[in-house]
Amino acid sequence: MSVLVVAELDGGAVAKASLAAITAASQLGGDVDLLVMGSGVDGAAAGKVAGVRKVLVADAAHLAHPSAEDAAALLVQLAPAYDHLVAASTSFGKNVMPRAAALLDIAQVSDVIEVLGPDRFKRFIYAGNALATVASTDAKRVLTIRPTAFAPAAAEGGSASVEPVDLPAPSDLSSFVGQEVSQSERPELTSARIVVSGGRGMGSGENFKLLDELADVLGAAVGASRAAVDAGFVPNDFQVGQTGKIVAPDLYVAVGISGAIQHLAGMKDSKVIVAINKDEEAPMFQVADYGLVGDLFKLIPELTQELKRAKSS
Amino acid sequence: MKVLVPVKRVVDYNVKIRVKADRSGVDIANVKMSMNPFDEIACEQAIRLKEAGVATEIVAVSAGEPKAQETLRTALAMGADRAILIESTDELQPLAVAKLLAAVVKKEEPQLVLMGKQAIDDDSNQTGQMLAALLGWPQATFVSRLTVADGRAEAGREVDEGIQTIAVKLPAVLTVDLRLNEPRYASLPNIMKAKKKPLDVVKPADLGVDVAPRLQYVQVEEPSARKAGVK
Repeated sequence: MSVLVVAELDGGAVAKASLAAITAASQLGGDVDLLVMGSGVDGAAAGKVAGVRKVLVADAAHLAHPSAEDAAALLVQLAPAYDHLVAASTSFGKNVMPRAAALLDIAQVSDVIEVLGPDRFKRFIYAGNALATVASTDAKRVLTIRPTAFAPAAAEGGSASVEPVDLPAPSDLSSFVGQEVSQSERPELTSARIVVSGGRGMGSGENFKLLDELADVLGAAVGASRAAVDAGFVPNDFQVGQTGKIVAPDLYVAVGISGAIQHLAGMKDSKVIVAINKDEEAPMFQVADYGLVGDLFKLIPELTQELKRAKSS
Repeated sequence: MKVLVPVKRVVDYNVKIRVKADRSGVDIANVKMSMNPFDEIACEQAIRLKEAGVATEIVAVSAGEPKAQETLRTALAMGADRAILIESTDELQPLAVAKLLAAVVKKEEPQLVLMGKQAIDDDSNQTGQMLAALLGWPQATFVSRLTVADGRAEAGREVDEGIQTIAVKLPAVLTVDLRLNEPRYASLPNIMKAKKKPLDVVKPADLGVDVAPRLQYVQVEEPSARKAGVK
């Protein structure tokens, strides 16, 4: 049995979400191969990931920003040699995998959080409020996995062979126009160990500076609720929740976030949750390990000061 | 240009759902149902395209039990011109729905399919991509900015890193994200008028689609509760 993992690269190295997908793939049993695609990619770093048999490299100018059309066509071409096709449920994986699944006439299992066997998986439904055990009756399986539910595979220690793949003809149905990447000095939201998030209670984008200061002291990433994004306080890629990013850090600090079902879906698997809110009835307090009822504009600067003092002493 | 808008009837997003005691599924008897929030956004966008003179006709389509007619009436009240219900009391999974929609698309020949990026009940995020695959059309998923002109659509997509813009040739399937627009409310006169708009009912068999589920939901359980915290 063999598994093909569609691995995304982050500055040449395998992205952390894809390392988690490799762990999930290894739990299926069988050999694990990686597919990397892009323009000017060599697969050298991917070959060092522990537990990988072979790295397939799809290197072509038109794959610089691979379209769903091109990526799915490539997967369909490679599929006959594999029993499972796996990717992390990132925006890339979510875009490409269902397209490949339909072309192969396979029902995809989305956002798997636990592998129970080669054809049995656990996944959340209803914004994380129910946990379903799903059995696939298809001959092959297409899966996306939730990166926060699996430990990343070791990026070093493997010695996989690296080989190029023949590519199907490029599709002319869609073209890449441009990308606006949000610049941040902070850790990436989905892989950060500590996340500080703000909601509508922050009042304005300007006030997010308070969270930035706190995040700097903690070495944390900054997230947000939908309300804060819709109000224009921060860009949309900050959003944590059912339809934004799913995070599970060691520490999640929710500031001025009421705790709607849709937000909880994105963070309730965090190890420790701290809620700071002036409304003591806020639903966030029901999932918080530590809650602080009070005015965030007073409490956050105090907390930041205390942390600075503790750090320097 | 004709626009097809698939809509789904789901448990209202504000409802705190309950898992059945026998673990066979989620208890949705006597629970408030409404249109999937992402589908409202797709519907709104189709109407805006019509108001801008880009679209000429909007066809709303839903697959599911007879009560999904209510969801289609909501789409009609918002501004869709007519509706199609693919009536089935069987469990319809994304691949089956994509096949049903592909059959409708082949009949109706729209230039654009506008749909939600995911349904808030099964959270699959698959149907639009699958539909595009089955039709051999391009796809733009997670769309939060859109211009349609000259036989192509330029879409800003919400990706993990920020916003990515792509151009797709029409016909195409677009799945919409939260920030594309603010859906309108249907006014009472429009709700009344919507009752007179045409709504056709077809069966999966009429469309030649086998809807048998490929995934078995073996059991559904409550997620483990967190320990109570301190304030």
